[in-house]
This record gives sequence, structure tokens and C-alpha cells, in this order.
Amino acid sequence: MDTDALYEKLKNFQESKGYFFNKDSEKVNELLEALITNKERYGYMVCPCRLASGEQKDDRDIICPCEYREPDVKEFGSCYCSLYVSIEWNKGEISHEYVEERRPLEKMPGF
Amino acid sequence: MTEKDVKIFSLSTCSHCKSSKKLFDECSVQYDFIDVDLLDKEEKGLIMKDIKELNPRCSFPTIVIGDKVIVGYREDQIREALKI
Repeated sequence: MDTDALYEKLKNFQESKGYFFNKDSEKVNELLEALITNKERYGYMVCPCRLASGEQKDDRDIICPCEYREPDVKEFGSCYCSLYVSIEWNKGEISHEYVEERRPLEKMPGF
Repeated sequence: MTEKDVKIFSLSTCSHCKSSKKLFDECSVQYDFIDVDLLDKEEKGLIMKDIKELNPRCSFPTIVIGDKVIVGYREDQIREALKI
């Protein structure tokens, strides 16, 4: 699957749930490419901005869309890696702040 | 003014990490980086210990500019640390 196909596959469904792709299409393409890379690497689409353990059971919470997208978009208007944002974020009605890592430390891979 | 050492602990897939590297490139700042996701398991274990000391949240990018640690792509803090 290439990024265009993934974009089409995700767009309508995610928008119906209130999550919109970042208006920065270059960043979106970069992130979709990274998701495809991670799918090939690990077998599942783990968040491009988080370190995967490589064990699906341990990475379930950061498989895109991650568990933290909902609270992050609610609080910041953007998910952690800024693939998904709110309409207000895209319109610039809310400031584009840095999204803190919400994932609990104990879930981070220690290797 | 001596140039500060700049190092990024990054992920090859992370867009914030790419933005940080891009900013350094655009400002002709010399830097080292380690794409932690590309390391083998043992190396990852060692590096994660180093990162945890710098950034207890173990998130990426973790950027070290001289003795200052910046977590995440925070352009204002990066520019201020480098006076650029």
C-alpha cells in the first residue's frame, strides 16, 4: 500500500469520527510513509514518534490511531505526532502547542 | 564564542525529529544524532539508559545543546539555546 491509498482509506472514516489530517500535507505524507515503514518493520502501524518494543501486545496502546489521540486532540487539538488534528487546529483557531508525551512511563520499552 | 555540542536522540520515522534536524541543517548547526529505532536490541537498551538520565520521559526527540536538554521539537527553546 502506498501513502495515497492509505490516505484515501483513512480520511473519510477518521473525519467521521472528528479527526482530521494535519493541513500540512508534506508532514501528513511523511507520517503516512512512516506508518507504512513501521507496518513493514513490525507488522503493525506503530506511532512514528514513539519507540516500539517490537512486541505487539506491549505496543497496542501506540498503534495508530493511538490510545492517547482522543485526550491529546481534546487538550491540544493535535495528536502526539500531529498526524490527526481538530478542525479548529487546522483553522488556526487554537495555538499549535507542543504535545507532551502522555504515555505512562511504565509502558515505555526498556529493552 | 565556542560552538556548543549538539546531539539528538531521535527516531528515523518521527516527524518532530525530522523537523529538529531540518532546523539545524537550515541554520548550519553541526550535530550528531542517533536514530534509536534503527539500533539492535542491546544497543537500544544501553541508549535508553542514557536517554532516561537526560529525559525521564524517554520521549523523542531528546535534544542536548551544551548542557541544556530540550524534549520535543520546541523551536523557540532550540533557537534560544543556540542563540540563533
